Amino acid sequence: MSGDSGIRYISHPHPVTGVTNSKLGIWCFLASEVMLFGGLFSAYILLRMGAASWPEGSAILNVPLATLNTMILITSSVTMVMSWASLALKDFKKYRWFMAVTILLGLAFLVVKGFEYAHKFEHHHTPSTNTFYAIYFTLTGLHGLHVLGGILVNTYFLFPGSALWKKDPDQFMGRIEAAGLYWHFVDLVWIFLFPVLYLL
Amino acid sequence: MSEHASHDLPFWRKYIFSTDHKVIGIQYLITGLLFLLFGFILMLILRWQLAYPGQPLPFIGHLFPESQMIGGIMLPEFYYQLGAMHGTIMVFLGVVPVAVGGFGNFVMPLQIGAPDMAFPKLNMMSYWLYFIGAVIMIASFFVPGGAAQSGWTSYPPLSNIASVGQTFWLVGMAFMINSSLLGSINFITTIIQLRAPGLTFNRLPFFVWAQFVTSFLLLLAFPPLMAASVMQLMDRVAHTSFFMPTGLVVNGALSSVSGGGSPLLWQHLFWFLAHPEVYVLILPAMGIVGEIIACNTRKPLYGYKALVYSVIYIGVLSFVVWAHHMFLTGMGTTMSAFFQVTTMIISIPSVVILTTFVLSLWGGSIRFSVPMLFALAFLPMFGVGGLTGLPLGLATADIHLHDTYYVIGHFHYVVAPGTLFALFAGVYYWFPKATGRMMSDKLGRIHFFLSFIFMNGIFLPMFIMGLAGVSRRLYDPTQFAHNLSTQPLNVVMSISAWLLGLSQIPFIINFFGSIFRGKKVDNNPWKATTLEWTAPSPPPHGNFATEPHVHRGPYEYSVPGAKQDFIPQSAPEGAR
Ligand code: HEM
Ligand SMILES: [Cu+2]
Repeated sequence: MSGDSGIRYISHPHPVTGVTNSKLGIWCFLASEVMLFGGLFSAYILLRMGAASWPEGSAILNVPLATLNTMILITSSVTMVMSWASLALKDFKKYRWFMAVTILLGLAFLVVKGFEYAHKFEHHHTPSTNTFYAIYFTLTGLHGLHVLGGILVNTYFLFPGSALWKKDPDQFMGRIEAAGLYWHFVDLVWIFLFPVLYLL
Repeated sequence: MSEHASHDLPFWRKYIFSTDHKVIGIQYLITGLLFLLFGFILMLILRWQLAYPGQPLPFIGHLFPESQMIGGIMLPEFYYQLGAMHGTIMVFLGVVPVAVGGFGNFVMPLQIGAPDMAFPKLNMMSYWLYFIGAVIMIASFFVPGGAAQSGWTSYPPLSNIASVGQTFWLVGMAFMINSSLLGSINFITTIIQLRAPGLTFNRLPFFVWAQFVTSFLLLLAFPPLMAASVMQLMDRVAHTSFFMPTGLVVNGALSSVSGGGSPLLWQHLFWFLAHPEVYVLILPAMGIVGEIIACNTRKPLYGYKALVYSVIYIGVLSFVVWAHHMFLTGMGTTMSAFFQVTTMIISIPSVVILTTFVLSLWGGSIRFSVPMLFALAFLPMFGVGGLTGLPLGLATADIHLHDTYYVIGHFHYVVAPGTLFALFAGVYYWFPKATGRMMSDKLGRIHFFLSFIFMNGIFLPMFIMGLAGVSRRLYDPTQFAHNLSTQPLNVVMSISAWLLGLSQIPFIINFFGSIFRGKKVDNNPWKATTLEWTAPSPPPHGNFATEPHVHRGPYEYSVPGAKQDFIPQSAPEGAR
């Protein structure tokens, strides 16, 4: 029940709240992330409302590439769930396989994003060009950092972190679930970013 | 439960990179107290210029480099660095780390009967992020152009075009924000998950409730400031124009930025954090005062439920009052009307809390111990601070008062003789739990009475000056004719400030001396009811020898027919 620190509910849920510590913790973290991106989205709205003119996103950004990236991220969310589900089925091999695909898809997203950025810089479209590009680079840059963070966490759980599976499978599953919740959140942020920046 | 070998850990794991909530709490407390002292010293230097504008600072003036003082005379740039860093350090590096990082970390897990925080490693990281952020803030004094000088509020466009110290400020803030994020996640999870059996939410000590609500404020209000800091960093480093309007003229020349940004955007995001932040400064203080009043009146807190509801109510409402700091920005009368109404509404729970505390004294047999003296002084001081906030919350009155010394007086009454007194009360109250020894009563009383007099000597005249129209953030008040009549008050205030500095010496001696020479006491020297007093002093790693079970509410003092005048929360059912 309790780890060697005497702290409870690390691997098994609290009988009343029905969650483990890490699950509650990750939900709190995501709540704060909502406020972070919420702050930036409000900034977007305020800047756009105050602007004399605002460029059409689809005219200056690469919509096909962004659509591709949307599909990549959604697929990676599915593989993330599959890796967790494989653990529930006690199939560790499959877990590793799905986790590896999730990581690769995350990397693919960043590579595509990198191409988009490079293309913009070639045409001297930088954050300082106007407030549209400023908020575009800030929002997508911060989101990209979140993707990178998720990749690092997932890589940790693919290699050294997976040793926990043998010691305490329940705790390990809890960790993958938390990492998954985070990954879905990052996916969800993109689903907001994509129409707001590229289409509207 | 916890016979695991904490004594086997090497020194650096046990006291430096510790994951034990008590060690981290003490680290936070001592670092925070040192920053309070540092921020205070900045102000003691600044106050010379206000009392004696343009005169060389005696004794130490020549020690400062030419970029700060010439011939001991303070330069305006340095004056503004002192002011901005005083505010930043006091709020973000001093009070919050002591109130939440220090007392929250040390006391809360003990009060809920938990062996530690839910995430001990995050707890350690939280402290070290704070530490790094603090080092960056201090380092900014030594970069070209010096530290940030745009006030603790860092309003653009001024902050956007300020010297590189402002970049340090932003990066330092980013570390502080992430530190408090980890802390708040930990606090919320711990309070929800790790309460001892029987410790239901309506048996929770008021201090824990206060920390609980505070954690939600930290969790949800800080991220928008993070967003704003990222944007200001982009403005400064990548030359975006988030906060730079079109056609901005700097030093007589049109600014070369692309424009289209809005300085008001920063103010909205900043105050969205900073108003909840002022409740982060006050709620833990109220929690401490509540515990001490119950114990030292030997009777239950009056209106426990009203207190709890008020705290929750304040927490929720504090997210919708932020623009009362912006009545004069031209945001429009509709906005002003809305924020006036919410501001008036949020004063109600504050008054409820203050009133229940005062009513708690009624009919009690009050012990005037040192913690109680500070707690008692908190009540009228917070009262003055809160009541003077009301006129500020009404746009009409605020037109006259905004950005004057009246505002400075208002918030200092809440945080200085208010929160700081509560923090001192907490130090005197829980010191025996942390060390097994008492602090000296005599030195404590000297500390209290001197501090009480000089605090008021500093802050009371501020109301008079503010009503006379003296603006805040003036390098040389005597340059304006309308300030001359109140200038003698500046001398009174400065001398009070310096004497207040001297009055802290008994506290410093007492604090460090008592660690080694204080009177040894048992586990429950104040005869208090909450769980922390059933643990050994100092509590070992893992806190309790056996997990406590809770059978009653937090404040069963003077129960009729009981043998003693207090019944610990863990005493078995039917115990008398
Ligand atoms: C009890 C009800 C309170 C009301 C109605 C109130 C109202 C206000 C208003 C309207 C202002 C803006 C004044 C201006 O800039 O013109 C203000 C400033 C301020 N208040 Fe309060 N306040 C209250 C309690 C508190 C508490 C409890 C704290 C802190 C612990 C606090 C801390 C501050 C600070 C730090 C500022 C100044 C910020 C700055 O401009 O640098 N207030 N208050
Ligand atoms: Cu406010």
